[in-house]
Amino acid sequence: MTKIQELYRLAGELGDGRKEELQERIVKAIYRQAEAISGRVVSRHPGWACDWDRRIDDVVTSRLTGFPLMLLLLGVVFWVTIVGANYPSEILAALLFGLEDPLSFLFDYTGAPQWLCGMAVQGVYRTVAWVVSVMLPPMAIFFPCFTLLEDLGYLPRAAFNLDGLFKRAGTQGKQGLTMCMGFGCNAAGVTACRIIDSPRERLIAILTNNFVPCNGRFPTLIALATLFFAGSLSTSLSFMATAVVTTLVLLGVTVTLLVSYLLSKTLLRGLPSSFVLELPPYRMPQVGRVIVRSIFDRTIFVLGRAVTIAAPAGAVIWLLANNSIGGQNILKGMANFLDLPARFLGLDGYILTAFILGLPANEIVLPILLMGYLAQGTLVEPANFQDLGNLLVAYGWTPVTAFCFMLFSLLHYPCGTTIWTIYKETKSFKWTIAGVLIPLAVAVIVCGLVNFVGRLILN
Amino acid sequence: MGFNDGLKSLAELPVRSFAYVVTVGGQGLTRRRLLDLGFVPGTLIEVIRSGPCGDPVAYGVRGTTVALRREAAGEIQVKAAGKGWPGWA
Repeated sequence: MTKIQELYRLAGELGDGRKEELQERIVKAIYRQAEAISGRVVSRHPGWACDWDRRIDDVVTSRLTGFPLMLLLLGVVFWVTIVGANYPSEILAALLFGLEDPLSFLFDYTGAPQWLCGMAVQGVYRTVAWVVSVMLPPMAIFFPCFTLLEDLGYLPRAAFNLDGLFKRAGTQGKQGLTMCMGFGCNAAGVTACRIIDSPRERLIAILTNNFVPCNGRFPTLIALATLFFAGSLSTSLSFMATAVVTTLVLLGVTVTLLVSYLLSKTLLRGLPSSFVLELPPYRMPQVGRVIVRSIFDRTIFVLGRAVTIAAPAGAVIWLLANNSIGGQNILKGMANFLDLPARFLGLDGYILTAFILGLPANEIVLPILLMGYLAQGTLVEPANFQDLGNLLVAYGWTPVTAFCFMLFSLLHYPCGTTIWTIYKETKSFKWTIAGVLIPLAVAVIVCGLVNFVGRLILN
Repeated sequence: MGFNDGLKSLAELPVRSFAYVVTVGGQGLTRRRLLDLGFVPGTLIEVIRSGPCGDPVAYGVRGTTVALRREAAGEIQVKAAGKGWPGWA
């Protein structure tokens, strides 16, 4: 009989009183056995691999270079995504929107009624084509980059660096990891909060995950940053857009820390729990696995979900945009109704309508907005980026509008899927509502302030 | 000199020093986690580095690196083993 089995037998005989001691003896025995086995079969090359790990860690987690390096890596990933996604997006858009006329022709040929053709082609097909052409290229670049960092073993170092900040906010560094997951998808980020042991800190991480822009919002941010803050030169264009997107993400992180701090001091009072994190050795990333995992497990998955939501949403929005109640176009009516509160936030009625109708998935906010703006009630061909910019300016957009739009997109509230996930993870109606209202309150305050200050400066 | 003389908490040790674990305090989940990660009495620990904010600190335990906050490291009583590599216990 081994030592461990003997201990288990003893455990049965003992009362609860000496549980602690017993626990220690069991672990000790397990380690003794493991040591004996590993001593026989494992041979170590002294120093080498360990040495490299330490040298890398010296740079990656140092007081001087730790944070700047994180920022740089983030910026590089965004820059690569913005630059790399530009042309594929245009080609995809040209290709997909080029198929629209043949599709309409097909509908006419079969003698389908006009409304069916409109709903299917101008509603469903256009929205899906937009979502695919705008989302697929950035995702196909961003996810592999991110999976690469994950595979290298960098992410635990980021959590290690960030823990000091999160501790001051009353939570812990693992929240940094769940935020990283949130870049891909907030629903995934909320689920990832299971890695946090303390229920209080897990709840804070769940409620604040929304402040990291997910892949549904990320392309929207990139598109607007490129249109409004990039200038005309193509080289400075990508750098400016990168700077704007990186700034927004940093703002999201700041808001996360602030809201976490406020929650720790009010609704979810408590002391930070213990933070225990293993820093695994660095590994050479396995390129094949990175690609398979990021393209198939993430890109296709997220895109598939976006398309399944965008398709019916496209039909509904087409109906709203092309039908009237009492002589008033429904979409226009909603926009007029929301115009006053929207102006206060630096937006307009159509933008706010788009955010509300975009609740099922953030990636359809921009397509809804364009559908609303256009008199004929359907999407424009977004193949030409400059046209899109001109259209927005024609509808009274200023840089302040664009900035408020981006801020609102960054902060507002989680998408339908994420809200549902929050409910599943917390099993609480109350906290699900909080998960919607807290971000909304932050978005209203920030956008209102920025709009106020922005207008003062511009006028 | 008794065995328990000259005990310190792990949190007091300077970076790049070594120590042997003597007792693991704390309770419940925290204590359990520390034991599971290898902070078992008799184990040699190396203080590797502190994070950019000073806390947490990374410790070398049985060939792996584990980051602990000051509070958790404070629960572990150790016997200092100097600055050099004292070899396996």
